[in-house]
Amino acid sequence: MTSLYAILAVILFTIGLVGFLVRRNALVIFMCVELMLNAANLLFVAFSSHWGILDGQVAAFFVMVVAAAEVVIGLSIIVMISRSRRSTSVDNEIVLKG
Amino acid sequence: MMLIPMVTGVEVTFWICAVLAILGAVGLVTFRKPVYSALCLALVMISLAVIYASLGAPFLFAVQIIVYTGAILMLFLFVIMLVGVASEDSVTETLKGHRVAVAIAGLGVLVLLVLAVAQGVHGTPVGVDSANTSAGGNVQGLADLIFSRYVIAFESTAALLITAAVAAMVLAHPELIKKKAGQTQMAAARLQAYARDGVDPGPRPSSGIFARHNSIATPALLPDGTIAQESVSKVLADRVGLRSVDELWGPHDEVLAAIETAGEEPLDVEDLDWDDDETAPGELEPADDHVVDETADEPAPGEPDTTDDQNESEESHADAVAETPADEEKRND
Repeated sequence: MTSLYAILAVILFTIGLVGFLVRRNALVIFMCVELMLNAANLLFVAFSSHWGILDGQVAAFFVMVVAAAEVVIGLSIIVMISRSRRSTSVDNEIVLKG
Repeated sequence: MMLIPMVTGVEVTFWICAVLAILGAVGLVTFRKPVYSALCLALVMISLAVIYASLGAPFLFAVQIIVYTGAILMLFLFVIMLVGVASEDSVTETLKGHRVAVAIAGLGVLVLLVLAVAQGVHGTPVGVDSANTSAGGNVQGLADLIFSRYVIAFESTAALLITAAVAAMVLAHPELIKKKAGQTQMAAARLQAYARDGVDPGPRPSSGIFARHNSIATPALLPDGTIAQESVSKVLADRVGLRSVDELWGPHDEVLAAIETAGEEPLDVEDLDWDDDETAPGELEPADDHVVDETADEPAPGEPDTTDDQNESEESHADAVAETPADEEKRND
C-alpha cells in the first residue's frame, strides 16, 4: 500500500517538474513548485504511516510552514515585477541580464 | 460487498483521491489561464488532505486545508486578480525542442524517483495508529515531538515567518519618487500660482444645473452669461465638447417667448415645439420648469445622461443659487 502512495507522490512531483519547465507564467511556475512540495509532503506522511512514527508528519508540517513563507516572498516579488513590467511571463526577465 | 472483500476504506479513499489529484495536477500544467490552474491546484491539495486524513494524520489534514487551500491558494488567486485575470499564456515555443527535452527530462526524473523511492519501501506497514494512541492522540504526539526533539527547528520557523512578513512588506511597498505634498504645501502652491499667474485659488465651480440638463458634462454659466470653462472636467470637455451658451439658453428663451405671447393672445400649445400634447395651456404659465423637464429626453451625442443626474442632485442647490443672478439678468434683457 505504501508503494502506491509513493507512486502517486512521484507522479505528482514529475507533473510539477514538467510544468515548472514548460510553463512561462511566473504564477503557474510557482504553483508547480507548490505541487512538488505537496508531493514531497505526501511521501513524508505515507512513510510516517509506514514506519509507525510521527517524525514524518512533523517534517511535513515544517514543509508547510516554509512553503507559506516562500509563497509570501515569491508572490510579492511577482507583484513587484508585474508592476514595473506589466507582465508575469518569465521570458521578460531577460532584461535583468547585466 | 462480498464480491470485493479485500478493499478497505483507506484504499477506496486512496484511489478516488489519487485520480482526482492526478487530474488536478495535469489540469494545473495544461490550462492556459492561471485562474484555472489555481483551482486545479486547490483540487490537488484537497485530495491530498483527504489522503492525509486516511493515513492517520488528522492534524495535517486540517493544516493542509487551512494553510494550503485556505491561505496560500487564496493568496495565489489574489495575486492573479491583481496582475490581470485575463492574461493567457502563449503556446508558441520560444526555445527550439523545448517540449521534447522537457518530456525526456520528466521521464528520466520519473524513472529515477521510482527507483529511489522503491529502495525505501520495505517491510510491512506498521500504521501510525499505535504511535497516535501511545501519545494520547495525533495532535498530542506531534506536539511532543515539535516541542522536544524539533524545538530548535520550530523556533527558527518563527524567525523565518517574521522575516517573510517583513520582506513581503518591504518588497510590495512602492517607493515614492518624491515626498507627497501635504495640505500646507498644496495651499502654499495654490497661492503662489495665484500670485504668479493669477490662477483662481478657490475651488472650481461645479457643473451647470438647468431644467433640461444637469449632467456633469453641462457647463455652468458665469454671471455675464458666458460658459465657465473650469466647471467641466477637462476629459469630458475634450470628449463631449462644451455646449454653447445659446443651446443652454434656448429652452429658457422659448418659454419666455411663450409666456410673453400668452399675455397678448390665447396660447396655442401647438405653436411651441414641444412633444407634450397632453399639457393644458393653463398649466404652462406658473410652472414652466416642469413642462420643459418633460421634454428633456434628447441628450447630446455621447453625453452620459440619466446616471449623472443622480450624482449631481446633491450639488444642485448651491448651483441653483449661483444661477439666480444670471437668470435675472437674462430675464431683464
